[in-house]
Amino acid sequence: MANATKAEIEAGGSYLPTPVATPMAMVDGLDTPYYEGKERDELWVQYCAECSEHQWGPEWICHGCHSYDVEWRQVAPEGRIFSWERIWHPVHPDLAEAVPYVVVLIELPHADDIRMVGNLLGDPEEEIMIGTEVEAVFEHHPDHDPPYTLVQWSRK
Amino acid sequence: MAATMRGTTAIVGLAETTYYRRGGAEDAEFKLGLMAVRAAAEDAGIDVRDIDGFCSYSNDRNDPTRFHTALGLHDLKWSSMVWGGGGGGCAGAVAMAAAAVHAGIATNVVVFRALAQGQFGRFGAASQTGALQGAAAYTQPYGQMSPAQSYAMKVTRFMHDHGVEQSALRAVSLASYYHAQRNPRAVMYGRPLDEEKYDNSRWIVEPFHLYDCCQENDGAAAVIVTTAERARDMKNKPVYILAGGQGSQYRQSAWAHNAPDYGTSNFKNNAKSMFDMAQVKPEEVDVAQVYENFTGGVVMSIIEHGLIPVEQANEEFTLDNFRFDGGKLPLNTSGGNLAECYMHGFELVTEAARQIRGESTAQVDDPEISLVAGGPMVEPTSNLLLGAQV
Repeated sequence: MANATKAEIEAGGSYLPTPVATPMAMVDGLDTPYYEGKERDELWVQYCAECSEHQWGPEWICHGCHSYDVEWRQVAPEGRIFSWERIWHPVHPDLAEAVPYVVVLIELPHADDIRMVGNLLGDPEEEIMIGTEVEAVFEHHPDHDPPYTLVQWSRK
Repeated sequence: MAATMRGTTAIVGLAETTYYRRGGAEDAEFKLGLMAVRAAAEDAGIDVRDIDGFCSYSNDRNDPTRFHTALGLHDLKWSSMVWGGGGGGCAGAVAMAAAAVHAGIATNVVVFRALAQGQFGRFGAASQTGALQGAAAYTQPYGQMSPAQSYAMKVTRFMHDHGVEQSALRAVSLASYYHAQRNPRAVMYGRPLDEEKYDNSRWIVEPFHLYDCCQENDGAAAVIVTTAERARDMKNKPVYILAGGQGSQYRQSAWAHNAPDYGTSNFKNNAKSMFDMAQVKPEEVDVAQVYENFTGGVVMSIIEHGLIPVEQANEEFTLDNFRFDGGKLPLNTSGGNLAECYMHGFELVTEAARQIRGESTAQVDDPEISLVAGGPMVEPTSNLLLGAQV
């Protein structure tokens, strides 16, 4: 069972036991600011000044006005649970001891309700309510090759 | 109304191989495909060498040019694939064949799917591991690694928004298993399901129990599409293609689950375009084959096709309403992906045509309008309306 708390993650722990899959910035540079921000415990996402609107996931063009000059802005690392799932069946052998674990979809009200996927820290069998306020917790893996950071979520 | 392909083409032949559990097929995937294509031509009463077009979907591994060469076909005038993963293209591939025939580009187009998950890897296992870039890097490192896990959150949000209960999902599963008990082709033939067995089955990922999830199988299936005019002189009762197409709602493929309309099967656009092309109303549908990757997607698909109002979902999603014998909306009458075979939805196409021909093992009384809806929650989805008459 995956049940790491915010304090355990901040002390260098991880929610899932081993890195079955790890994230890497795209080689074409599309999402580099997001990846660099995570390393500093910051959330950076795309923003179109013309439309005054955040855009997520990243793309080379604003879907609203078709401007190629899409900016990056730092947003508050907090949000609320938009949806969730509790996973009982491991689809990879390395996750066999990790079930149950919880994946949440978080919407960011300070950034036009864009959403991010992460794990909900704490007891996976605790009741989960859509709308619950959460804050981001940055799970760093500096010793992995290549190093990476996951953005996890903890109830406020 | 501008001229469309409504009723100008028909399905004239259909066939499938034996359906196997994943890993159960002794024949190679391409050989399964050959067997299905040849059997569909035989069913249509045409020489397989007269096939001049191929359509498929979901990156089928079996290339039309390989079929063309292996079978010594005279010509190859059309080959096309619906892009996108999952079974979202199962109905759209038939619509594409109809479009090619309607346009006069090809005459006898075969639409097929050959899939041996035992030989080429499972959809239900983590397929992407190691260092990932792009969309996968935003979900898979958090352990969201399979189709069931990718779609469970959509269904949970839909249930939350509309107050839909688990019993609606259960009814879909019960309907597929009920019908499979009459179908000797079904992998789950002889393995009935009841409410207690469903309720007691393990969670795969909430809100999906084991029986909310499709099987993984080996096999192949095919249909032959030609002109309605030719169909009238051929050996089988013509199954007219009244409408079909593909669709995807606004920004449905936004990474990390950022589609603005989230709790949706992604049928809101093409349900309307299909019914408009067919000049048919939802209440005229006599029998429906609705793709079950996961039961929650079927609930959303039926609602978004206007077959059951969302406000009545908890009352109307019942086995009684979905039975071939007396149900208001006979659903997945061969057993579908859950209980006949996960032929990636192509078993839904063959069943929809069998219903019009009067050859189903769970035959509805003289259906006029037969629906296929392929691949809820994927992008694009596709659908098809078949008719007994033009």
